[in-house]
Amino acid sequence: MKIDVEHVAKLARLGITPEEKKLFEEQLSAILEYAAILNKLNTDKVPPTAHAIPMKNVLREDKVIPCKNTEDILDNAPEEEQNMFRVPRIIE
Amino acid sequence: MHARTAHELHTLIANKKISSLELTESVLGQIEKVESDIQAYVTVTRDEAIKQAKAADERIKNNQNVTPLTGIPIAVKDNMCTQGILTTCSSKILANYLPPYNATVVNKIKDAGAVIIGKTNMDEFAMGSSTENSGIHPTHNPWDTKTVPGGSSGGSAAAVAASEAILATGSDTGGSIRQPASFCGVVGFKPTYGRVSRYGLVAFASSLDQIGPLTKDVTDTAILMNILAGHDPKDSTSVDLPVPDYRKALVDDVKKLKIGYIKELLGKGVDKEVKDSLEKAIKKFKELGAEVREVSMPSFEYAVATYYLIAPAEASSNLARYDGVKFGHRSKDARDLLSMYYSTRREGFGNEVKRRIMIGTYALSAGYYDAYYLKALKVRTLIKQDFEKAFKHCDVLISPTTTTPAFNIGEKTADPLSMYLSDIATIPVNLAGLPAISIPCGMSKGLPLGLQIIGKAFDEETILRAAFTFEQNTDWHKNKPNL
Repeated sequence: MKIDVEHVAKLARLGITPEEKKLFEEQLSAILEYAAILNKLNTDKVPPTAHAIPMKNVLREDKVIPCKNTEDILDNAPEEEQNMFRVPRIIE
Repeated sequence: MHARTAHELHTLIANKKISSLELTESVLGQIEKVESDIQAYVTVTRDEAIKQAKAADERIKNNQNVTPLTGIPIAVKDNMCTQGILTTCSSKILANYLPPYNATVVNKIKDAGAVIIGKTNMDEFAMGSSTENSGIHPTHNPWDTKTVPGGSSGGSAAAVAASEAILATGSDTGGSIRQPASFCGVVGFKPTYGRVSRYGLVAFASSLDQIGPLTKDVTDTAILMNILAGHDPKDSTSVDLPVPDYRKALVDDVKKLKIGYIKELLGKGVDKEVKDSLEKAIKKFKELGAEVREVSMPSFEYAVATYYLIAPAEASSNLARYDGVKFGHRSKDARDLLSMYYSTRREGFGNEVKRRIMIGTYALSAGYYDAYYLKALKVRTLIKQDFEKAFKHCDVLISPTTTTPAFNIGEKTADPLSMYLSDIATIPVNLAGLPAISIPCGMSKGLPLGLQIIGKAFDEETILRAAFTFEQNTDWHKNKPNL
């Protein structure tokens, strides 16, 4: 079992150094090799469980309510401008 | 004073023998004395705590809304949002995060008049079993500072054990309340999934995470559960069921209670002292009139592998929000949007978080989804079914909380898989969404051992009754570390 760490890191938008690539390759391969024990079980007729208790969608009324703490929220922004989050240019 | 339980202190406060301010100063004094050795906290909110203590004393003076927690100092795990108070998740990516709102549990604690003394250290994003994965600093076990306090709620468990808080909150995704409680010789309780609101809890694995108490005895756990439990419209997974008065479950009686001990959790890899302590617990329960039998859970062999696919899969999705845009760290190297994501996440996350994001991304990616993620969800069904079968004949199930006492700092950091395998007894409970407690039940080489009691969904009361009875008839919870 060998995992393509570079590809997975790209999917996860995670920058990794060449040293990390080597370390993670070893560690993640060992974890996935261990996970292969699940193949000992025949689960063809077993339904999957995503939640342990029954889940239903919970909806609230679609009502506009004022946001009172915009300032506190924007205070956490790495960069803000005119009450908006500022990011690097995305359109040429 | 700080060494006592919340219910003892409540009596003293209510009878005006002590004030909350005196008690809070006593706890802050203990923090000053031992914190350099233990490092249980990320943030100590000294000034805010003094203010809250004075407000609590005012409430008591006027006999206004006095609850069993009014004026009692409590520590909050640093993954629960506290408005205007740093909430770091012990991660560099959130090192400066000041939440604009409180988690529901934090509001409930404040409404009860408890004094929030600080935010406790944890494995980064609750990913780990030793608190060594904290991006801030490691925490040390008060029983032996060369050993880990467990994790991920290691700061909360160590703070309670070292009397740096009277009680604390933790969160449990695969054992993160029960395992550190076991390692630190305190009581740790994971309620049924859906019993306590997760609103404002920084999400790790949303189908597994649950908030619960860490306390010095079972009575304090019931008291804190009375505050924490209940439906919350802000958490769509919180369950709208009536909440009982958990204190009423504290009955010293297990006669005719049907207890099953889990055969698979007494097998290979379990320390002799741990096995011995469980056998003594079985003997004690029999003496007290319980009916004890062996149960077999064949699917447990697959629980760790199942968990380490499902939890990382959910985490990889939940942690996508840390992108450097709206809050948290943003890399200085951001030239364009993509490089901002890559370098922000490289600089902000520690290795364990990176590993889990990648395992989860892999398990969910095209071509591997069925083989890993879907397969794990199917095995999760088998684990749930094993519990359902056992609960046809048993009221509660028991096992050791951990296979060994606390291990040494650094012992397992190089081999993530060996760290994962140490959670074999606690993980199946989360996969099935069940409630479970860890209470002190023995000592091994000067370190505490824990007894896990697992109950049926939403039957927290039978667990508390069994735990309370065990505690009333043993002295393990009276052992305290030398500090």
